Amino acid sequence: MIRVAIHAVGLMAPGLPGWRESVAVLQGMTPYRQEPLPPLKPAMLKPNERRRTTNTIKLALEVSADALDQVPMQDELLSVFASTHGDLDIINQICTALTQDERPVSPTQFHNSVHNAPAGYWSIAAGYQQTSTSLAGSDGTFSAGLLDAATQTVIENKPVLLVAYDLPAPAPLNEVITIDSTFAVSLLISNQVEGKDNLGIIDIETQPDLLESKMQHAQMEAQRLASPAARSLPLLEALAARNKTILNLPYLPDLNLKVGLAQC
Amino acid sequence: MAISPLTISSYTLTNALGRGNNASHVALLEGRSGLRPCDLEDVGLKTWIGRVDGLEAIVLPENLSTYDCRNNRLAYLALQQDDFSESVGRAISQYGVERIGIFIGTSTSGIATTEQAYLHKNPTTGQLRADYEPEKTHNVFSSASFPRAFLGLRGPALAISTACSSSAKVFATAHRYIEAGLCDAAVVGGVDSLCMTTLYGFNSLDLISEAPCRPWDIDRQGINIGEAAGFALLEKADAAPTGPRLLGYGESSDAYHMSTPHPQGAGAVLAMQQALDRAGVTPDDIDYINLHGTATRANDLAEDKAVVQCFGNRVSCSSTKGFIGHTLGAAGITEAIISLLCLNSDLVPPNLQTENPDPELYANVTLTAEQRKLNHALTNSFGFGGNNCSLLFGRPV
Repeated sequence: MIRVAIHAVGLMAPGLPGWRESVAVLQGMTPYRQEPLPPLKPAMLKPNERRRTTNTIKLALEVSADALDQVPMQDELLSVFASTHGDLDIINQICTALTQDERPVSPTQFHNSVHNAPAGYWSIAAGYQQTSTSLAGSDGTFSAGLLDAATQTVIENKPVLLVAYDLPAPAPLNEVITIDSTFAVSLLISNQVEGKDNLGIIDIETQPDLLESKMQHAQMEAQRLASPAARSLPLLEALAARNKTILNLPYLPDLNLKVGLAQC
Repeated sequence: MAISPLTISSYTLTNALGRGNNASHVALLEGRSGLRPCDLEDVGLKTWIGRVDGLEAIVLPENLSTYDCRNNRLAYLALQQDDFSESVGRAISQYGVERIGIFIGTSTSGIATTEQAYLHKNPTTGQLRADYEPEKTHNVFSSASFPRAFLGLRGPALAISTACSSSAKVFATAHRYIEAGLCDAAVVGGVDSLCMTTLYGFNSLDLISEAPCRPWDIDRQGINIGEAAGFALLEKADAAPTGPRLLGYGESSDAYHMSTPHPQGAGAVLAMQQALDRAGVTPDDIDYINLHGTATRANDLAEDKAVVQCFGNRVSCSSTKGFIGHTLGAAGITEAIISLLCLNSDLVPPNLQTENPDPELYANVTLTAEQRKLNHALTNSFGFGGNNCSLLFGRPV
């Protein structure tokens, strides 16, 4: 079992435009309305860089800032960027270019196509030179990211920013890749579980074959299933409600992540 | 503080030099390159590539046929060499399927499947073919889920995709998961296969060499893209007392530019120093450095500055990209296993094709193979986004 503290949360999804803006919704105090996200303009990027980046990169940067804005500047921050599909807009553009004469793949498209492009822009914008891992884990990508981030903080003894995100696929990829909603979440975690400066303490372990935790609210449950990153919603709901509970988050086809919110 | 070493109890490598470790080892000894003029179907670029022969004829096991793509065929071919799958079977009986993790690095996974799906879209409707199934082919995690399913593992799993450092970082990840008690042993690896995305992508950046690549040469013109798969089984040293050791790892970010390294190699220095610190050794203990050495002007210059800053010009170095090309997401595991083969046979392989070392580069680059005792080897992997990883290995005990 791994015990870590969650110090800050970032959130970007339709109807959930920021953690502080969303706590009352997740607590069930105000109604959940799936209004589209406003255009993303992450302050981390200069305007000319913003034009060169993609919606995926902007989303990842915006949700990371949503968490980091809530806490003092972190020294030696490690990062884990988790996405099931990466940047499908860029994949679509490159694969389309490859069907044309001369195969006009652009250099910017190509360097934006790597799975760690959002992590690269983030480290450049924020100046973080520490370990950065970009990973994928199918529908369980959020759990894969959370487990990796938790492992990093307990073994390396440094805080870790987890950023998980996926966006709907453009046509024609949307015929076969079903992501119905944009969703991004970030968690700043550490192994400093004794202090008071946290939103909650969680105990994490893997366990085979258990039913996964769901959302009571029908629209929220639909949102949970609409994007791999949204599989985090039961944890976000428990953190918002400061509800000591044990959750089962989907990780691998034969393995779930048991997450116990021990203190909050 | 030094970390607990891990034993690498089994490993295997397949690339343009052939199938299995021995094919690579013999070519390294003989100084024979596996590069060839680009003969990939549909690709009209003038360059050389490191292509694995026979992938077109590989057939996946029937129960895993939905994973069929060039990348998973390459993984399947590699998994059948050097008794690797049998070694994992032995580990399964020792630890149990749920106690063995799998961590695989890839850059583009099976993207060639999506390239083909786009080329064969319905010209009228624009729809993709009905048999196109990206989840088990193109998707990044396919690179981990296919070998996990083939080997029958049920422990933690990840695909790491940090461009050309991907399959070096899996060693660090495996160390942490074992140290944290999430698993007792781990399969690490990397798989990347030739595709148009990387060939035309690197071409758009003017980083493709028309001739066989020449790392550290004054006339170096860029990279040759290769494909490779490699896997290694890592266990705690007390459970597996014999074999080469993973002694240290270092990971860092340049925080400088998406596709150009920090000009002084600042991130590379951090990664190498961390690897030394975690191994509890000094620069003088290192006998061989397998360079990232892609043969682009900027990459070799930055890595040279970093290596010289950490080690001076005493340590023998070589890039083995001249043998197999730059295998991108598989470069980490490829060069890790080459380092193990070198430690195992006391071989410093040559920096193939380099004739006139660049006088502005100062690292001690070896031009012809040398035989002498090696105790510690370091290998570098640096990727787009400024993502760096260095690994430090110790000779078999």
